[in-house]
Amino acid sequence: MNGVHDLGGLDGLGAVDPPPEEPVFYSEWEKRVFAMFVPALSAGINLDQFRHGIERMHPVEYLAGRYYEHWLHTIEGGLVERGIIDEQELEERTRHFLENPDAPLPEVENAEQTDAFLQVYKAGASTRRESDTEPRFAAGDQVRVVNINPTGHTRSARYLRGKTGVVERVYEAFVFPDTNARDEGENPEPVYSVRFDAAEVWGADGGGERHTIYFDLWEPYLESA
Amino acid sequence: MTTTPQTGSPPPVAGRFAASDAEVAARVKALESLMIEKGMMTEQAVDRIAELYEREVGPHNGARIVARAWTDPEFKQRLLEDATSACAELGIGGAQGEDMVVVENTDDVHNAIVCTLCSCYPWPTLGLPPNWYKYPAYRARMVKEPRAVLSDEFKLNLPDDQEIRIWDTSAEVRYWVLPQRPPGTEGLSEEELAVLVTRDSMIGVGVVPEPKG
Repeated sequence: MNGVHDLGGLDGLGAVDPPPEEPVFYSEWEKRVFAMFVPALSAGINLDQFRHGIERMHPVEYLAGRYYEHWLHTIEGGLVERGIIDEQELEERTRHFLENPDAPLPEVENAEQTDAFLQVYKAGASTRRESDTEPRFAAGDQVRVVNINPTGHTRSARYLRGKTGVVERVYEAFVFPDTNARDEGENPEPVYSVRFDAAEVWGADGGGERHTIYFDLWEPYLESA
Repeated sequence: MTTTPQTGSPPPVAGRFAASDAEVAARVKALESLMIEKGMMTEQAVDRIAELYEREVGPHNGARIVARAWTDPEFKQRLLEDATSACAELGIGGAQGEDMVVVENTDDVHNAIVCTLCSCYPWPTLGLPPNWYKYPAYRARMVKEPRAVLSDEFKLNLPDDQEIRIWDTSAEVRYWVLPQRPPGTEGLSEEELAVLVTRDSMIGVGVVPEPKG
């Protein structure tokens, strides 16, 4: 979707303003939302659906919300959509904890489940897949990013659609986000690292700078140029 | 002449935005309590997972890899050919680093990473990303005016003839930067070198400083 998340090249957002030091988590709630990531994936929200849930936030909320509010939004939305959690119950429970912030959480132990979660963080879960399909492009090929504007999830960024670049590397096949986000299957497709000149992307003067952008694109996002 | 009323104009977007910290905290606690009741997680899991990223996984991991690459040319070659396997030699890997690629800084080329679509970042070697990496300004500007971002925001002034390569990590490959070894470090051990390596130098918004004194 052509959403607010697709930020490449947007002007007017102000300074980056990096602080010298930052804690890993600013507050207890940030920590708790972070830790819901793998449990949410385990509940059936795949990585692309997780991202798409964030992309569907209202642009104002997306830009103004703190980072882990994005995660909160997609986890609660995903669980409600799947009927795992009832929205009304979540609202009532929220009011309860607003009035009683120190009320305890249910005491449940499940060491086996905790170990299984930790194993996912430690071992990872690659989305690279075996595929018999021969990649259509090779390193050195000129390619153009096709002009698509799907309303669902995609990892083809707007700032590169219609632009021409050169294939730098050919990777193996990875789960295709567009279909995976719609529960229409993993449909693994080869991924290419494609090199773009700033002048191709931002105009003859490269937006006033000379640099190179490397962007990874799944095969359906590309055509020969 | 009629006057236009200045109040009562409906807002352009519906919704109640910018929740307070207390409101978000209550909502998180509500969600967590429901997830616990449904057997999806426990408080203990939250604590253990958070602890992993507060204590074990962080940029010190990437720094160890960089220091090894600076002192062991064969390791460096393996790192540039297959970063995931090379990192695994030091027991480093995991979620959001399943398929890593390391790009090398040289006198001619300076690399930096960004994720314009979300906040992809190599967790196993760099830890969780800082807020500025995840927030709109860096993501928007880094692909369009990286030289200005580096000089204005990170006080990193690169030579005009050094090419800047921006790796927009849009798919599932996680890139990070092998910074240049600073001068004045010839006599240092691998452990001493690792202490010098900064997170920012592995993102590409900094370089490794020369040792003090």
